[in-house]
Formats: sequence, structure tokens, C-alpha cells
Amino acid sequence: MSSSNLPTTAATESAAGTPEKTVIVDAQQVCKRFGGNLVLRGVNMTVHEGEVVCILGPSGSGKSTFLRCLNGLETIDAGRVDVDGQFIGYEQLPDGRLRELQAKPLAKQRMETGMVFQQFNLYPNMKVLDNITLAPIKARGVPAREAKADARRLLKLVGLQDKEDAYPKQLSGGQQQRVAIARALAMKPKVMLFDEPTSALDPELVGEVLNVIKELAANGMTMIVVTHEIGFARDVADRVIFMADGVIVEEGPPSQVIDHPTHERTRNFLARHL
Amino acid sequence: MTPPPLINALPARRPSRWAVGALALGFSAYLIYEFAASPNIQWSEVWNYVANGQILAGLGLTLVLTVVCMVVGIIGGVLLAIMKLSRNPVLQSISWCYVLFFRGTPVLVQIIFWFNLSLVFPNIGATPTNQLITPFIAAVLGLGLNEAAYMAEIVRAGIGSVDEGQSEATAASGLTRAQTMRYVVLPQALRAIVPPTGNQFIGMLKTTSLVSVIATQELLTSAQHIYSQNFLTIELLIVASIWYLVATTLATAIQSVIEDRLAAGDRTRRTSDVLAFWRQTLRLDRKISPIDWTLTK
Ligand SMILES: Nc1ncnc2c1ncn2[C@@H]1O[C@H](COP(=O)(O)OP(=O)(O)O)[C@@H](O)[C@H]1O
Ligand SMILES: [Mg+2]
Repeated sequence: MSSSNLPTTAATESAAGTPEKTVIVDAQQVCKRFGGNLVLRGVNMTVHEGEVVCILGPSGSGKSTFLRCLNGLETIDAGRVDVDGQFIGYEQLPDGRLRELQAKPLAKQRMETGMVFQQFNLYPNMKVLDNITLAPIKARGVPAREAKADARRLLKLVGLQDKEDAYPKQLSGGQQQRVAIARALAMKPKVMLFDEPTSALDPELVGEVLNVIKELAANGMTMIVVTHEIGFARDVADRVIFMADGVIVEEGPPSQVIDHPTHERTRNFLARHL
Repeated sequence: MTPPPLINALPARRPSRWAVGALALGFSAYLIYEFAASPNIQWSEVWNYVANGQILAGLGLTLVLTVVCMVVGIIGGVLLAIMKLSRNPVLQSISWCYVLFFRGTPVLVQIIFWFNLSLVFPNIGATPTNQLITPFIAAVLGLGLNEAAYMAEIVRAGIGSVDEGQSEATAASGLTRAQTMRYVVLPQALRAIVPPTGNQFIGMLKTTSLVSVIATQELLTSAQHIYSQNFLTIELLIVASIWYLVATTLATAIQSVIEDRLAAGDRTRRTSDVLAFWRQTLRLDRKISPIDWTLTK
């Protein structure tokens, strides 16, 4: 790892071989520690517009933490994260030092990333439609009528157009997660982050959620998906990243990482999950 | 194939339940009888005074005092709870000290203190303090500010009961902490806040009787006022108790209506536990509906 803890980014740099595409997420040498526990040890990842990246890795390897660093839910201790050209969590002062962002601009940055959680985290006190329109109306200031129309379009997209008046608890896990996806999409984010979106679901409900994510991929959504569904990753990912102990062990197209892994740890992991 | 006959079994025998129940019932009946039949209680006087003008005025003041003090307490409690959960160490400390002080001293002392505030500050601005701090104001300050300390703990616990994933989701979607509180956390915290608040409300209905020490004419003071002249002490205490009971029963009913409302979004709606219990015990709803076998293949 290089000694510089503040690498600058080249926002227009493109992945080798592909035509120039906008960089949406650029993470450079991201480090994160909890107390004395160094959870991320210099993670580099560049995601271009329309790209789908799947992150695999054993539990505790730092996948969730990494996603949370991408939208500023965690502050990073070294390195830098840029989303859509914005330095996440910090502002650079003229003398080169960094200052933590205030709550307002940080909230504004987070509007550009949509996040879907393992436990759905829908708001149980609100109907489905209100779950989806809350942030567009209150954070973005979208007029209620417009937000509702958009929410209905998204509900149709995830196949739940008849559930807008239901409360989350009246829905199955798979339906709740599809609402959560619609809720994240409603902010029109530049990138969607999924943290094990199907891990809390009964096996027969996994498919309906994965199908929605596949549909988004087909529509060109930029996505980073942490998952244990190897088959799904093979189908959908442009690139697969295998993480362990806070570093990226191996990355590449699924045909390489999943079908011909070069590292022992990747092979062991895949053997247990295929 | 003919469907199997439905089981229509007798309930299990519970001889001890009946025995204990009968014993307790008998004892209660005896106590009530002794009390009701006591030659030293003039029940006719109780009925004479139940709708007495002075008593009703006292009841009115008790209700007003209760509502006003609870409003002060709830608003104060929410503010104190938010201060305590804020990231500002100064606000945190102020909230902590407030709760320590107001919960740590007897509310009776606080009421008397506010009533005698003029001993500390003879004037507030240009006005004499005694003119500003009427017995009613002193009562509201004493009871309301004390209540805020208790409500602060109730609200804080309620906020703490809301799953952390909720504020993760709001933060991830770009909502601020204040918006998160207002639209997501507090509405959910209400579920945990309302039942103990109902308790506090009922407590307050009765605690208002403490302000008789500063001569505020609420229900108990009015009753005391009357019996100090006609010496029908027990009778007027019964009158006051009747009204306290009516008020607390009403408050309980209102509380369960509110709780039912808040249960929206929950699969299981709350129904009256006591009623359901008696129905079951007396087996009033023991009806065996036939199974529609055509539905099962
Ligand atoms: N808020 C936190 N405080 C302390 N340790 C944490 C916290 N969040 C995560 N960790 C630790 O960081 C490591 C990585 O966690 P996580 O990112 O959740 O891994 P993964 O998602 O790959 O299972 C784990 O050892 C976990 O215990
Ligand atoms: Mg995780």
C-alpha cells in the first residue's frame, strides 16, 4: 500500500478496454477502524455508470462497513470516497486540511445513493406509499402529487401496484424488500447499494427480489450488491469482487472470479456457497 | 370418505380456581357490606353532596389543572428527552441535571417553593411576584415541571425502543435528524410512550390534590372546605373519591382508545384484555363452528 493516505482521484479514468464512461463511485485506499479493530485495510474500487458490481466475502470481512462508507453512514479513517464527483463526508479546506461535513450537506450527499438493507427497515408507522414518498417530499422538496405519481410508477416496477395502502407488516418479506427497493429508487440515486438484500428472506421469496434487481440492471442502473447468491452474481454482475479481512482479495468478471478463481480463499468460499 | 366428527370436549376441571375465587369473592362482599351498612356513614349525605356546586367547581379545577400540568409535562419531557439524546454535551448535561433535581425532591416541596417564590424574588420585572404567581400558577409550575422530569425518562425510553435500522434508513435517504425524529422515530416511539403516559395522567388526577396546601380550590380542597364546617368528613371524602374514580375510569377508557388507534399497521389489534379474559373464563364465546370440508382437498 502506498504511504500517501490521501490519494487524489482521476474521475475520467476508465476501466481498461471499455469505452470512456462516467465514474460514479470512486473509492481509493479506504480504511476504517472500530477502536483498535482495523476493519477496512485500503479498499480500492471504481464503479462506472451502468455497471453492476457484486461483492462476495465471508461474514465479518467488512462488506457492510464498506457500503456504509460509500454513503457516509460511517466516516472513513484514511483514503477517500467520491460519489458522482463529490468527496463523501469531508470538505477540503484551502490549506489542504479536511473538515467533517455538517449534517445538511452530508444529508444532501446521501440523496445521491440509494441503500437497501438486509432487514428492509421500512417505516412500520406508514403505509407503503408514504414510505416511498417521505424522503422525496421532505428531503428533496418534490411536490406531494408528483412524488405520489412517481411512487406508483415505482410500485408497478417492483410488481406491487396494488399494495400502496398496505402497512409493511401486512406484506411478506419479499414484498417488503421490493417496497424498500422502490423507496430507495424514489430519490433517483446515482447508484444503488444493496447489503445482502435477500439474506433475511425465506428461500422461496429470494427469487422475486433478485428478479427486481436484475430488471434494474437491465435498465442500466449503477449498482453495488453485497450478496451470497453466487448464481445471481454470475448472471448479473459485470464485475465480481471477493473481499476478506478488509481487503479485496480478487476481482474481475464473473467468468474469472466465480468460475476460475485464482486465490485459495476465494475457492474455499465458493466451495461453501455454490 | 366422511369427515371425522368435530371434537366438542368439556373444559378441564379447575376445582382450585373455583374455590379460591369463591373465597375471595365472599371476603370482598363481606368488607363491602360492613362498609356500606355502617351506621356511622350517612349515605344519604353522600348523595346530597355528589352534585354540590362547590364540589363540581372543585372537580372542574382538578380536571383543568391535570390537563394543563400534563401538557406542560409532556412538552417539557419531549424537549428534555431530545436534549439528552442530542450530541450537544451542554444540552445533555442540562437535561441530566434537570431530571436529577426535579425527580430527586418531593413534588410537595416544589409546589410550596413556587408558591413562596416571592421570598426569593420579591419582584419579577416591575410586577410583584405574588401577583404573578397565583395559587393556580404555582400549582402548574410545581406539578408540571416535576412531571416533565418523569415524562423525559418515559419519552427517552420510548425513543430508545425504536429499532436503529429506522434512523439508518432515513439517514441513507438524506433526511436530517430532526426530520427523522418527527416523521419516523417519534410516531413509533408513541406506541411505547402512551401507556406509561396514561399512568402519569391518572397519577396526576390524584396528585393535584396536593395543591390543597396552597389553597387552590380543587376537588379535595373543596371537600375539605365543606366538611370543616359540617363535620361529615367520611361522607365528603367518599364524594371526592367517587369523582376521582369517575375521572380515572374515563381517562383509562380514553387511553385504550388511543392505544387502539396507534396499533394501526399492526397485524394484531388490541382488544379489551379484561373482557376477553372473562368471556373465556365463563366460556361465553364457546362456539364450535363447523369446518367447511369442501375447502380442503
Ligand atoms: N459499529 C461497529 N462497532 C464496532 N465494530 C463494528 C461495527 N460495525 C462493524 N464492526 C466490525 O467490523 C467487522 C466487519 O463487519 P461488517 O462490515 O458488518 O462485515 P460483513 O458485512 O462483511 O459481514 C466485524 O468484525 C464487525 O464486528
Ligand atoms: Mg454485512
